[in-house]
Amino acid sequence: MKNTRSIEEINEKIKTGKAVVFTAEEIINVVEEKGIKNAAASVDVVTTGTFGPMCSSGVFLNVGHPTPRIKLNEIYLNSVPAYAGIAAVDLYLGATALPPSDPANRNYPGDFIYGGGHVIEELVAGKEIRMEATAYGTDCYPLKKIDTSFRLSEINEATLYNPRNAYQNYNVAVNLGSKTIYTYMGVLKMNMGNANYSSAGQLSPLFNDPLLKTIGIGTRIFLGGGIGYVAWHGTQHNPGAKRVENDTPSYPGATLALVGDLKQMEPRWLRGLSFLGYGATMQVGMGVPIPVLNEEIMHYCAVRDEDLKAPVVDYYRGYPYKEGSELALVSYAKLKSGSINIRGREVPTASLSSYAGAREIATTLKEWIQGGRFTLTAPSAPLPSADSGIKMNALPQRDPDNREV
Amino acid sequence: MIKQKIVLRYPPHVVEQPTIYHLIKDFDLMVNILRADINPKKEGRLMMELSGSEKNYQRALEWLQELGLQIMGLEQQIIWREDRCTHCGACTVICPTEALAFNRPEMTVSFDEYKCVVCELCLKACPARAMETLVENANAK
Repeated sequence: MKNTRSIEEINEKIKTGKAVVFTAEEIINVVEEKGIKNAAASVDVVTTGTFGPMCSSGVFLNVGHPTPRIKLNEIYLNSVPAYAGIAAVDLYLGATALPPSDPANRNYPGDFIYGGGHVIEELVAGKEIRMEATAYGTDCYPLKKIDTSFRLSEINEATLYNPRNAYQNYNVAVNLGSKTIYTYMGVLKMNMGNANYSSAGQLSPLFNDPLLKTIGIGTRIFLGGGIGYVAWHGTQHNPGAKRVENDTPSYPGATLALVGDLKQMEPRWLRGLSFLGYGATMQVGMGVPIPVLNEEIMHYCAVRDEDLKAPVVDYYRGYPYKEGSELALVSYAKLKSGSINIRGREVPTASLSSYAGAREIATTLKEWIQGGRFTLTAPSAPLPSADSGIKMNALPQRDPDNREV
Repeated sequence: MIKQKIVLRYPPHVVEQPTIYHLIKDFDLMVNILRADINPKKEGRLMMELSGSEKNYQRALEWLQELGLQIMGLEQQIIWREDRCTHCGACTVICPTEALAFNRPEMTVSFDEYKCVVCELCLKACPARAMETLVENANAK
């Protein structure tokens, strides 16, 4: 489709304070009133947002060298282990990392009260983080042990790098078993006592650009209260997922890898979480601006909860043991109404992703753009989309002794 | 007539006394026990609804205080830390009394402490751990 405006033109309007911006929620009524054609002619940008638990998140840190220098081998930040298998004082702290002293599910269901996500939240909040590390010592890096503390402002770099965020759709979790289960989708009561979902639906970034026509590598975004970028497609990126008529996938589809400078982010949008019986993780706030380049993009941005479908999956047997298929497809409008009907029964619903948070992110991003402090970027390369042929792989399970070497 | 939900806190030296018996027998009160537990320090906690005449109810409270019990309103037991709440809504399907409720179309969580029966299920069902209890009890790990 021929473009009616370019990103350069949109940026010119942003710089002069003339850009017309709506959130993905507001645009629904705009399109209803004006029609696609008129809306596309008058609106420059639609902003999206999401604020949900995203386990595949973490931060690269360079903590600087002590005197004498050290090559970190084993390292703990507030007792949470970080990965040091890279250069001397570089490390990666993952959101789900747990202190070795955490009883985990030995005391079922475990509390997982403090993990990597909590350390990241405290780091962003400017708190002092205790760092305990050991090393084997080398001629160039002689120090073998250190116990100190630092603040975010005192270290060289802190780069949030999240390998998989912003899932384009996700499962609705129920429990068909006869006991309560504790999952990354929250506490699921027996016999379908509740159904938990996790997407902002009509406000969610990848639901508003289902075929990744505007979002690509290098897209500037709202990340953790600051500015970030799309680094790559996320892990488990599945753009080949089955789609409904409006081109949105009705199953977990595309994902994004995100990157940004932690030093300009806010603890409010990077929150440590404790999932009973499952583990620790982090709630990440992110939002993507979508340039309304033509009527087709406008059409995608006008998508509403009624037209977005998610699969209901049993987490007692179905998900963990890969048994059976989904129980139903339900719309986000039904999910957000507070109950869904599955197999003739009304099941109360709850979200793990904060819609109020998603709305606030989309609104903040809109204000940044209207205020001229945030301009859009054209992707430097596209992300693999529906035509990529990507298929999800399962891990091979075979006799390792007979492997080819 | 008066009907009130209260929490009694028992110091260790009175935890074994039959206070409920006296509330019924000596003060003619109707007692509906919601929850009772004793922690490892032998401190007791009893949540109940009391109803009866205003006069007897006041006399009973005075007697309980003389015994050394601390009397609190039920609504003071669970605290919603709104600053920690992300308004996801995960707690609202776990709360049995709809004290924690999800408001539409605002899509925000609210907490009505007068509906709360202090079951404490929300304390751990909340991923952001925005629900807190002031005091240690028998269920605390």
